[in-house]
Amino acid sequence: MEDRDTLKIADREFRSRLFVGTGKYDTFERMREALERSGTEVVTVAVRRVNLDEAGTGKCLLDYVDPQRYLILPNTAGCYTADEALRTARLAREALGTPWVKLEVIGDAKTLFPDNEGTLEAARVLVREGFVVLPYCLDDPVLARKLQDVGCPAVMPLAAPIGSGLGIRNPHNIRIILETVQVPVIVDAGVGTASDAAIAMELGCHGLLVNTGIAGAKDPVRMAEAMRRAVEAGRHAFLAGRIPRKLYASASSPVEGLIE
Amino acid sequence: MVPPMTIRVRLNGVERTFEDGTTVAAMLERLGRSPRWAAVERNRQVVPRAEFDRVTLEDGDVLEVVQLVGGG
Repeated sequence: MEDRDTLKIADREFRSRLFVGTGKYDTFERMREALERSGTEVVTVAVRRVNLDEAGTGKCLLDYVDPQRYLILPNTAGCYTADEALRTARLAREALGTPWVKLEVIGDAKTLFPDNEGTLEAARVLVREGFVVLPYCLDDPVLARKLQDVGCPAVMPLAAPIGSGLGIRNPHNIRIILETVQVPVIVDAGVGTASDAAIAMELGCHGLLVNTGIAGAKDPVRMAEAMRRAVEAGRHAFLAGRIPRKLYASASSPVEGLIE
Repeated sequence: MVPPMTIRVRLNGVERTFEDGTTVAAMLERLGRSPRWAAVERNRQVVPRAEFDRVTLEDGDVLEVVQLVGGG
């Protein structure tokens, strides 16, 4: 089957709709294998102080994630103010030489829910500075529209709290976001297993970001494969158009011609 | 022989001393850090990588040296 169903964000076009995070793997080797099996083209990374007390091991993340092969998407995870997020984004751009950033401005340490005002404020400034801003946000259609309106080329509403594995907690809000914004909707955070990924895609989401759901599985490489297939299956199901839900049965076999 | 002048900076939250005239590139080298994927902020302004060997540290500078690590 010829498949030209691609995901377009800003000036990039992706065949894979699965974005994969690089946190929480036990080894770089396993992470690299999981990324390969996931089929992803977009890989998130974090920005942190170099630990100057430790002797450099010589190993660095980017030795295992080829920027020629993947779009490296730095995040501003751990930032609690717009100002911290701006500084982190600017450092990431200098380190990587790309203007893409996954914006996170966190509002609460226990839930890691985003701070709406901080996220919107930072998005506005970063867009003005030429960044391609993909904002992590609540499943809030009003905020999603505001983020689109300040120039974000996609929005990334959470399915559930980061790392919770609870799956899509509010499919109705996700559907409303899909109706509200014209930019791609990438579900970010809370996806625990393949069926969660499929549900997101069946709703019509344009993509999905998974980190803990893969890295935290007993066999991350196999889960990466499962997520890849689930995203593809869910996307096909969405495009195919599912049957309406009905309360009562509707026979699949002819009701006439039965023997007596 | 006059000992070289030293300057004090705050580097990733810790006080450190460097010889006067140390460039950002020399600082990274002294720390044993390959600047390949490192980024440096000096007094809240990003130092462009192309200027690492031109920008010199000054007494009282606040520096952040960051790298890319695993994250979601």
